[in-house]
Amino acid sequence: MERSPTRDFIVGLFVLAGIAAIAYLSISIGGFSWHGREGLKLYASFDETGALTVRAPVVIAGVRVGEVSRISLQNDFRAKVEMSLDPELKLPTDSSAAIVTAGVLGDRYIELQPGGEEKILKSGDQIPITESAVILERLIGQLIYGTTKGNKPGAAATEPAKTP
Amino acid sequence: MALPGSNFGFKSLKFVEELGAMSAFTLDIARTVVAPPFRFAALLRELYKLGVLSLIIILVSGLTVGMVLGLQGYHTLARFGAKQSLGAMVGLSLIRELGPVVTALLVAGRAGSATAAEIGTMVATEQLDGLRMLSIDPISLVIKPKALAMLVVTPFLTAMFIACGLYGGYLVGVGLMGGDPGSYVASLKSNVDFQNDIVCSMLKSVVFGFLLGLIATYRGYTSAPTAEGVSAATTSSVVISSVTVLLADYVITALWGT
Repeated sequence: MERSPTRDFIVGLFVLAGIAAIAYLSISIGGFSWHGREGLKLYASFDETGALTVRAPVVIAGVRVGEVSRISLQNDFRAKVEMSLDPELKLPTDSSAAIVTAGVLGDRYIELQPGGEEKILKSGDQIPITESAVILERLIGQLIYGTTKGNKPGAAATEPAKTP
Repeated sequence: MALPGSNFGFKSLKFVEELGAMSAFTLDIARTVVAPPFRFAALLRELYKLGVLSLIIILVSGLTVGMVLGLQGYHTLARFGAKQSLGAMVGLSLIRELGPVVTALLVAGRAGSATAAEIGTMVATEQLDGLRMLSIDPISLVIKPKALAMLVVTPFLTAMFIACGLYGGYLVGVGLMGGDPGSYVASLKSNVDFQNDIVCSMLKSVVFGFLLGLIATYRGYTSAPTAEGVSAATTSSVVISSVTVLLADYVITALWGT
């Protein structure tokens, strides 16, 4: 079998390009990292997460600072959301988290609203103030049936006052 | 003339026999893979022929498939007011299904058929028997490099196909239709998961590469030593590869879940 250095070099380039393509898909698109999902881990509990999914973005003022890393159910039947954020982030302890929607039917994401305290949240801390997801269908339901059935006083308090 | 289907029992037995012969053939290849001589020069030559020379068709097809997905997806999603999810639609379709499957079908057509025809011709012209007379194992020298090269090349080509497709979707969705570049990339990145999507896609392409290499070399190796035998081996290699890839795709998707 005849060896040809040029051909072998081209094969080497091909293999490199293949590995680069796999690495690009894994790291840039798939979010793979060697040391798991490190960074600032914060928790927040919500009454309703709607269609929030793992890997949904977490933003401050529209800038992406991290993502949702886990969603689980607490003992009191509220949803506990774990966020892994940029480790450099210095959030005041009275910050708040809200689940909002991109557009009317778009993806859910978490928006953080920094507070004004001097102390900052450390990894493992809980974000104290939260605002649950707005379920559009439920709002419409309240709009249609709310006047005839009469609103329970508690119902309005649990639902955020914001309209989409 | 026998009734159609009257030889069903015979055909079934023949199928089982073929399956057994193919398993033995696989083990033969596996044996030559782990034992020297390793035939690196032959492997490099096959990598060049099967991989590098398939690059153009894979990249062009990837770009085109991505562009069509971008165009179709844009109009469909615009109807539901969900244009910002275009990246996720293009990305998930490409990574989970279209990338591995279309690449495998293209490789079967471009490289699998050539492999089967080449080996079939070698059988017909008694070149493999010539090697045996020189006490060179034809499986080690001819079959193994081709089957291994197919296994190595398919995942690489799949990854390049997907990368090209993502760019094609971006080109149409953002460049042509005027979508928002930020939301394309953001919806792509937040919806594609490493574990569920990328690993599953790469697993599929490895399995497909294994099947393609095996089927192409086996059909060539067992072809009848005539001109008709070579043509039959080439045709059946492409047909069987395509059907097997589609079936295997369903099975892997079902087993992987989500």
